[in-house]
Amino acid sequence: MNAAGAVMIVAVALIVLALVYYLVSVIVSLKRITDGLDETIASVGEILEKSAPVNGIVTAINQELDAGVDLLEGMLVQKAGLSDAVGLVEGLYPGAAAAGLRNFPESTEITAPRIGEVYTRGTLTLARLGRESPLAAGNPAGPALRDTQRGSLSARLLYPETRQSRPESLARSPVIGTDSPEQYEQREDIGQPRKRLPEPASGGD
Amino acid sequence: MILWWIGNVVLLVVVLPVVVYLLRGVNDAAKSIVPSVRQIAAAAAAGSKDLDAAALLVTTQDQVERTVAGVANYGGSLDVIVDDAPGETR
Repeated sequence: MNAAGAVMIVAVALIVLALVYYLVSVIVSLKRITDGLDETIASVGEILEKSAPVNGIVTAINQELDAGVDLLEGMLVQKAGLSDAVGLVEGLYPGAAAAGLRNFPESTEITAPRIGEVYTRGTLTLARLGRESPLAAGNPAGPALRDTQRGSLSARLLYPETRQSRPESLARSPVIGTDSPEQYEQREDIGQPRKRLPEPASGGD
Repeated sequence: MILWWIGNVVLLVVVLPVVVYLLRGVNDAAKSIVPSVRQIAAAAAAGSKDLDAAALLVTTQDQVERTVAGVANYGGSLDVIVDDAPGETR
C-alpha cells in the first residue's frame, strides 16, 4: 500500500468517526425530546380530562345567574317603576344607566333621575352618613357626613345652623292644652257627639 | 498518483470540515430543543395541577342554584309586601 492510500483510509476513518459521534449525539437528544413530549402529552391529556365538564357547569351557572338577574330586574322595575329603577341603578353604579336594564331596552333612552330627587332629602342624608353608601351618589364629590372622631358634632351639623350657635333665637314651641292661650280648634262641634251622615239612597243598580 | 493526492487533500480539507460543520449544526439544534420541551412539559403539568380545583365548580354550581332560589323566595316575599309602582302592570 502506498502512502496516498493510507492517507485516504485515514481521511475516510475520520469522516466516519465524526458521523458516528454527531449522529449518536443527535439520537440522544431526540430521545430526550421524545421523553419530554410523552410527559407533555400525558399532562395535556389530564388537562383535557379535567376541563371537559367546565363548559357545561359554567353555562349552567350563567343560566342560573341570568335567571336571577331577570328576576331582580323585573321586580325592581315593577316596584319602583322604570324611571326610578334606572335612577337607582345609576345611584348604585354611576354610569351604569347608559347601559340600561337588560330586559328593558327602552331603559337606555331614559334620563336617570338623580337619587336625591327620587328619595327625600332625609333619606339621602341618612344614606350619606354611611360610608360609601350608594345613595351618596347624589353628591359623589362630597365627603361622608359621618365623622368617626366627632360623631356627635357631625350629627349636629345636619340641623339648621341656628340650632347650633343661637338656640335662643329659635321660635318657641307652641303651648298646647286646654289652658293654652291659643286654642287651635275653635269649633262648636268639638266635644259634641259625632253627627251621623245621612243614609245613602239605596236605589236600583 | 497526483490525482490521488489531490483527492486526499480535498477529502481532508474540504469534505471533512463540511461534514463536521453540518453535523454540529444538527446536533446543536437538537440539543436546544430539549430544554424547551422540558419547560413545556413542566408547564403542562402545572396547568393540569391548577385544574384540580375545577371539580369544585360542581359545588359552586350548587351554591349558585341555592342562592338564586333564595333570591327568588326573597323576591316573592317582597312582591307580596311591597306595592307595585303606579302604572306598572304584571
